[in-house]
Amino acid sequence: MATPLVEMKDMCISFGGVRAVDHVSVDLYPGEVVGLLGHNGAGKSTLIKILSGAYKADSGEILINGDQAHIHSPRDARHHNIETIYQTLALADNLDAASNLFLGRELTSPLGFVDDDAMEAETRKIMGRLNPNFKKFHAPVKALSGGQRQSVAIARAVYFNAKILIMDEPTAALGVHETQMVAELIQELKKQGLGIFLISHDIHDVFQLCDRIAVMKNGQLVGTAKTTDVTDDDVLGMIILGKCPAGATPGPGALADDGAGD
Amino acid sequence: MSDTALSGPKSPAARNIFAALQLDTRLLGMIGAFIVLCLVFNVFTDGRFLTPRNIFNLTIQTVSVAIMATGMVFVIVTRHIDLSVGSLLATVAAVMAVVQTDVLPAVLGLGHPGIWILAIVAGVIVGVLIGAFQGWMIGYLGIPAFIVTLGGLLVWRNVAWFITNGQTIGPLDETFTMIGGIGGTMGETASWIFGIAAVAAALWLQVASRRRKSSHGFPVKPLWAEATMAAITTIAILGFVWILNAYEIPAARLRRIFEARGETLPEGLTMGYGIPYSVLLLIIVAIVMTVVARRTRLGRYIFATGGNPDAAELSGINTRFLTVKVFAIMGGLCALAAAVASARLGFSTNDIGTLDELRVIAAAVIGGTALAGGIGTIYGAILGALIMQSLQSGMAMVGVDAPLQNIVVGVVLVIAVLVDIIYRKRTGD
Repeated sequence: MATPLVEMKDMCISFGGVRAVDHVSVDLYPGEVVGLLGHNGAGKSTLIKILSGAYKADSGEILINGDQAHIHSPRDARHHNIETIYQTLALADNLDAASNLFLGRELTSPLGFVDDDAMEAETRKIMGRLNPNFKKFHAPVKALSGGQRQSVAIARAVYFNAKILIMDEPTAALGVHETQMVAELIQELKKQGLGIFLISHDIHDVFQLCDRIAVMKNGQLVGTAKTTDVTDDDVLGMIILGKCPAGATPGPGALADDGAGD
Repeated sequence: MSDTALSGPKSPAARNIFAALQLDTRLLGMIGAFIVLCLVFNVFTDGRFLTPRNIFNLTIQTVSVAIMATGMVFVIVTRHIDLSVGSLLATVAAVMAVVQTDVLPAVLGLGHPGIWILAIVAGVIVGVLIGAFQGWMIGYLGIPAFIVTLGGLLVWRNVAWFITNGQTIGPLDETFTMIGGIGGTMGETASWIFGIAAVAAALWLQVASRRRKSSHGFPVKPLWAEATMAAITTIAILGFVWILNAYEIPAARLRRIFEARGETLPEGLTMGYGIPYSVLLLIIVAIVMTVVARRTRLGRYIFATGGNPDAAELSGINTRFLTVKVFAIMGGLCALAAAVASARLGFSTNDIGTLDELRVIAAAVIGGTALAGGIGTIYGAILGALIMQSLQSGMAMVGVDAPLQNIVVGVVLVIAVLVDIIYRKRTGD
């Protein structure tokens, strides 16, 4: 089998005695969408924030293309072509779309000054592709609609040639039309060979978009499965009860077979 | 376009004009308020308020607070506050005074031509270091800025006392006192040259910006709008120079200047003061700070962090070190303000800069800096400082009692913020 794009092995992180992520291992292959599922507080976002450099793991290792990667800050993650679309979008509301898109990676003129016009031109190009209706290039993103803000956040992740994309609830705040837009984008990025981690609560979305799923409960991995091998009910059972169905590979968090666990 | 259609209820024609000129309506409102204020005082003082002499005095009285207010914009934009600026000013003024009256004359000899600049450099270094130290406590130790600088307010005021043993230090170096105001001005010719150079630079920037925009294929303003803007800038700059040049050096003083050079004053000769060096310093500070705010990564990160600290951090911005930088800049600007303030007095006194922290914060806030962070402009803060100073000296000229003056200033501060809140709600800005 090919080398995984990302391999997170045995990740652990605690916050004040609470094991938010407890010996979790997941992997991601090029051109694959892996859905991360679980209740609120199951540790999905925390796991993903380790990969994006927002948190530092207590133990465990991350391999990118088979090589060990040291990700201690968002900047490190970006060096590995890991881009994240956060649930909160992580936009500076007072700045315009271009400033947000290039935040931390501004285009500069030869003298080292920020080149707003060049950034606006690039922003117009990519937004023309992602969201052709987007016209408010000079308004602070605070003045944009939910969908428009989302498209700015997505543009930011896509623009810089991401190899690994993390999407934390990308469609939670969106209408039907915009959700469809995101779904199409994911399909397109898949074709380009990106690996995508998708966090979602929407089982329907997950089955439509993901190739594999990984379910977490109480910080532990319940199991992983191909979406073709399991049913909606199987997945719900994994999320709610931690019960690993026959079609899935169980993880450390799976309920013991005799059902006497907890 | 839709992003200009958000402004409040205005007639369509008026909106088109403002939209075409792309003028900041907030700035226009402030300038309007300032002009009304000046006209009212002018009426009540029988025309004494808007004389070249008073305008000259207003500008030199504003400089010290205005310099610090530009730095306070960065501090407040990053959601912090600095209550220590007045005390920091006193400490730095004391350092500069001791350096130029005690330390350097002992090394270089009294009246050495390099003393003034070395004293300022020493002061700026001390100011930056103290500011950076406070910024380090805020950014890396996580102590709220309010507490750190409240402590600083008490500490630095009294460190100044220890440096000088509570004495007034002076007289300060003669060259040094020239950046204080009336003692050091550029003269008429140099002021005109400066004004014309400034106009040329402003027009060139306008043309360059238009060219850059059209090279990217962005919509540009109509030509008449560009011409109007160019005319307004030209008139504003040259008008300012003309007013400062129109304030003539009194005959007796002029005679002394000529006598000092061993010449006699020709009959009927008059000379204008021109632009004071302190105002020149403020203009330079304003330009540099505006460039930092708008055209550098540092400025972009300051505003991004103020708008959403988490987002800034997730974008790889080192927000802790950014805090250190912001407070270091504030400290450096306090040092420049200290140089102007002590040079204006000719001495360094213990109570120099007392209550300046409140004036500086008020200037930044009246100038549209939002305490919630993320919003503020350098020119707004300077205009805010000018409005505060005009209010105060205008009331003094009218003969309003001192307690009432402070009451009015306090009320104006609160109303200014209220108006700003209402304005932002209307425009959705």
